[in-house]
Amino acid sequence: MSSKTVNELNWMIGGAQGSGVDLSASAFARSCVLAGLWVYGTREYYSNIKGLHSYFEIRTSGRQIRSKVEGVDLLATFDAETLVRHADAVTPGGGIIYDPALSQTPIEKVDTLYKDEIKQIQGRLAQQGLGSDANAILEEAKRRGVKLFAVPFSSLIQEIAKRLETSELTKVNRTVNVLAVSVSLALLGLDRRFMDESVHQAFSASRKQKLVDMNLAAVERAYGYAKEKFGEGGLEVGLVPIQSGPRMFVVGNQAVALGKMAGGCRLQTYYPITPASDESEFLEAHENFALKEGATKDGKGSVVVVQTEDEIAAITMAVGGALAGARAATSTSGPGFSLMTEGMGWAGMNEVPVVITLYSRGGPSTGMPTRTEQGDLKFALNASHGESPRIVVCSGDMEECFYDAFRAMNYAERYQLPVIHLVDKGLANSNMTILPPDPSMIDIERGKLILDGGAKDGEYRRFAHSEDGISPRAVLGLSGYRFWNTGDEHDELGHINENPENRIRMMKKRMTKLETADREIPESEKVSFYPAKGHPDVTLVSWGSSKGAILEGMALLEARGIKAEFLQIRLASPFPAQAVRERISRGGLVIDIEQNYTAQMAAVIAEKTQIGIRNKIVKFNGRPISRDEIYESVRQVVSKPEANERVVLTHGA
Amino acid sequence: MALKLADVRTDLHNDWCSGCGDFGIEASLQMALTEMSVDIHRVVIFSGIGCHGKIAHWTNTFGIHTLHGRTLPFAQGAKLANPGLEVIAIGGDGDGYGIGAGHFVHSGRRNLDMTYIVHDNGVYGLTKGQASPTQRLGEQTKSLPQPNINSAVNPIMLALAAGYTFIARSYAFDNRHLKETIKRAVAHRGMALVDVLQPCPTYNDIETKAFYSGEDRPDPATHRPAPRCYDIEKSGYNPLITKEMTPEDVDKKTLEVIKISNEWGDRIPIGVFYQNGNVPTYEDRIMGRIPTYLEQPPAKQVIQLQDRKSAADLPRLWKELTIGS
Ligand SMILES: Cc1ncc(C[n+]2csc(CCOP(=O)(O)OP(=O)(O)O)c2C)c(N)n1
Ligand code: SF4
Ligand SMILES: [Mg+2]
Repeated sequence: MSSKTVNELNWMIGGAQGSGVDLSASAFARSCVLAGLWVYGTREYYSNIKGLHSYFEIRTSGRQIRSKVEGVDLLATFDAETLVRHADAVTPGGGIIYDPALSQTPIEKVDTLYKDEIKQIQGRLAQQGLGSDANAILEEAKRRGVKLFAVPFSSLIQEIAKRLETSELTKVNRTVNVLAVSVSLALLGLDRRFMDESVHQAFSASRKQKLVDMNLAAVERAYGYAKEKFGEGGLEVGLVPIQSGPRMFVVGNQAVALGKMAGGCRLQTYYPITPASDESEFLEAHENFALKEGATKDGKGSVVVVQTEDEIAAITMAVGGALAGARAATSTSGPGFSLMTEGMGWAGMNEVPVVITLYSRGGPSTGMPTRTEQGDLKFALNASHGESPRIVVCSGDMEECFYDAFRAMNYAERYQLPVIHLVDKGLANSNMTILPPDPSMIDIERGKLILDGGAKDGEYRRFAHSEDGISPRAVLGLSGYRFWNTGDEHDELGHINENPENRIRMMKKRMTKLETADREIPESEKVSFYPAKGHPDVTLVSWGSSKGAILEGMALLEARGIKAEFLQIRLASPFPAQAVRERISRGGLVIDIEQNYTAQMAAVIAEKTQIGIRNKIVKFNGRPISRDEIYESVRQVVSKPEANERVVLTHGA
Repeated sequence: MALKLADVRTDLHNDWCSGCGDFGIEASLQMALTEMSVDIHRVVIFSGIGCHGKIAHWTNTFGIHTLHGRTLPFAQGAKLANPGLEVIAIGGDGDGYGIGAGHFVHSGRRNLDMTYIVHDNGVYGLTKGQASPTQRLGEQTKSLPQPNINSAVNPIMLALAAGYTFIARSYAFDNRHLKETIKRAVAHRGMALVDVLQPCPTYNDIETKAFYSGEDRPDPATHRPAPRCYDIEKSGYNPLITKEMTPEDVDKKTLEVIKISNEWGDRIPIGVFYQNGNVPTYEDRIMGRIPTYLEQPPAKQVIQLQDRKSAADLPRLWKELTIGS
């Protein structure tokens, strides 16, 4: 155990979608979390339900971690495709768990590989004088110093079936996932009780004791097998339980849903779309929830979740709900947001508070529906015809997903306009351990909402002009506060009015609200700045899910003597021009980092601050940026800025 | 206090063309509002885009003039958030059966307790008279360069197929019938459609006021025009689906609705075609899952404590996501 790296590793499992790989990944992660460790997990999958390849990486550590890293320390496989696709990602000294029954599989027989991928792999093997089957892949890994662990899954499964005296082999077959995870954990030296507990938690919801027993038997057999055949295993990495306080293990979608609930969202509409629907489904699963003591007599709260006929209905129904006084939101991704633009413009015109969570994924069109991208920034900023105000909030990690979702509900009501909460797939589908967020950090702010009656009909003017552009807002049904709305330009009462002077005043009123928001929203909610100690060599500018990789990459850079600082832009509209201008003018080399083709934020910065950023690092292959890519690419740019104006990152399988 | 017509009218200049059927619908709606025992502060009119849409401004209730085709989802959102509102959605035939056809269908599936009135004039009035989805195949109203190449949709049958639980048709200039039909639609518990035949004197020179009142076909006996619209309920038709009816009875009634609703030409049926108060409303269905929904709907919930902090007790909820203690 002497030279082992303890509690710092990256584990990967893959398999056909629908075969339970997702379950294995969460069982592995859960075991680590139960052992007091922190995890960061990513999920890569195709737009497909069954059969195509998906894989999960779980990074685990003794301290909180926030990004994906390159290189796999232990790869668990039970199909040929995972082996063929990912063996080369395993670092020397790392290990591969494989099924010897599959080692003869010819590569061209893995029919879920694209034809050009097969050619590429065959070419690579041929160059090394190797054959063209799974065995060759294993041999290649071995030559690189990777340890191989053969696990005959089918005979283990038969043993388990025999022990349990069951003939339902197809059901026992499903334990292959648990076997793979258990062998992994055994090789990593983690006590069995964590996996046992993890299995309990995963299967007890199903209320099928048989299922729990079967999987517990699989854990036991796998640990036993690993001990017999591999002893200590000889891996250079290992896991040891540590003491930790309570931590939440959440997916980005859930963090957003929780933030919305805390922020008072009581009507959520949606039309199914990846990667957004999980959020609405989570809300629906928790539609009844408890209120704090003293809130109401019965202490019961609820959120109504409506699956609509399309995204046009989703946005307009949410707007209707908001007019009636509910805090309302909807949730979608690029294609659905495209359909929402007209409704969003109506909300802007009629000053209706509504929140749209926009999960960006690979575009354009259907694009790469299950892959990550930050391609929708400019779309969010400009969506809808004409000019109408909106606030755009961009979350960079799980905690921000929660707090921003809460704040978005506040911004919408305070400034009476649509708020777009941008979250990318890289966050939405990743899971991570975080400290439980504290909802009491934020007050519910309802702005100029009129709560009680008192006025006489005929007095109330819904769009009354005011210094800050915001008018007292009544809701439908409030006696004495009759009002009208129209998508047409209107007067203070809300009736159609195309008088040119009225037009000028009304345009100004609506746009002034953004200036008010810009004045009132504290800088801490607009940007996050991570300064270097002393004069910076380089200032990294980014937004969204690149945050974790950048923060961890910066630590590596510092160890190499490169002092980096990081400006994370969190509010894209109203744009914090002053704060950004100051931070990118501190003398370090400025590099813009984004997960899109055209470096959209750099263009926005240029527009708003008149400062052009020359050096850009972009990634748009649909795979998230890793810590190591940040480290390497920033070093590359810093070493020769003139020769590296645009670096395109390409990692990821 | 009894409302007078003047109470439910705004004093804005009404810019519909003179002789437009919309005036008849407006008057009937407003009279219905004065005669119904509903608290006027709870009434919200939603309208779409088209000539009809301005009715929301002419009426002195909460008035939400929405987007082309989207009246129904806006209106349903408000009703869902506050089921105590009396929601009346108003659309055009292009608005509701054309661009908004998807919402029309899905509103039937939900069966919220609200009313939908459609100004059915056979044309797209506000965009200068193109054919609407209810214009018949081969007809050529005034501004069409060529005869209409599409078949007409039958709104009554479409509503039936979609699950509307109150389906009626009326005529814009039959004030008494329309007013009573609107009152019945509002009183119905569930999603109610009132399709209103509406002359557009500017663009529809086929289904004109003269056409509906039968000026081209005098009664041989009296020499007076013989109106084309006839009230099916006065001819012995009963639209009610009752709990006591067998599935066969219901099927029979359904076939009858289809048959009658297909009549056109010299005899045009108006009246209530179908009324079924036994289908659970969307509100009922939500109550099945959220028992406190009607007392504390989304718009009425307490979201904030005295100290302005969130009222939701999330830590209790996120126990399931938390590991370690
Ligand atoms: C999305 C969209 N497309 C097109 C239009 C243009 N438009 C305005 S009114 C109208 C048709 C109105 O016809 P109908 O709904 O039958 O109402 P009417 O004017 O006959 O009362 C159209 C197509 C629009 N406002 N919005
Ligand atoms: S165009 Fe037709 S529907 Fe529109 S106001 Fe004139 S007459 Fe009425
Ligand atoms: Mg029309």
